[in-house]
Amino acid sequence: MLHLIFQITLLCVSISMLGLVYRVVKGPTTPDRVVALDAIGINLIAIIALVSMMLDTYAFLEVILLLGILAFIGTVAFSKFLEKGEIIERERDH
Amino acid sequence: MTEVIRFIIGFFLVVGSFLTLVTAFGLIRLPDVYTRNHAASKSATLGVMCILLATFLFFYMEEGHFNSRLILGIIFIFITAPVAGHLISRAAYNSGVPLWEKSVRDDLKGKQKYEDRNM
Repeated sequence: MLHLIFQITLLCVSISMLGLVYRVVKGPTTPDRVVALDAIGINLIAIIALVSMMLDTYAFLEVILLLGILAFIGTVAFSKFLEKGEIIERERDH
Repeated sequence: MTEVIRFIIGFFLVVGSFLTLVTAFGLIRLPDVYTRNHAASKSATLGVMCILLATFLFFYMEEGHFNSRLILGIIFIFITAPVAGHLISRAAYNSGVPLWEKSVRDDLKGKQKYEDRNM
């Protein structure tokens, strides 16, 4: 019974990722694509959690924390690039 | 693992899958960047938190394995996903992405942009 719910949830998250990929491809502006890619990273965390439950192992659970950190850093860097034109600012020459 | 715990795990998984589907529908259907960002940053965060909570309960009740990385992951996603949504929405406004044409009011219109303020 619980295994059936795992499969249904995995199907729902996969359909959701397909919709987000549609937004990445079609999105009219760059912030649309960044929002959709951030949501794809978060859905990937959910897929890893579901697959580790289906395989009945807890060896993959470090990947969840790692992927959360990487998605956050990527989104912050991209939004700073969109806003200021550079990611790491140089020192200002007074 | 008792049936009550199984029922709670299944309930959290169903709620999480429903919220991820809501995320996808919001990103496809809504008209501009800000409303899409509203849909993505709220419902995706709550959905993945429900799924991670179900995973934590599954491993704690099935094998007696208290996995602290899942707790850390839930807290980290709860802190950082709204911050990322705020940053990308502010970057979209400051780089000149227009609002939906049926938007009623824009309180930031006419304020100086970020780069003008820094000069």
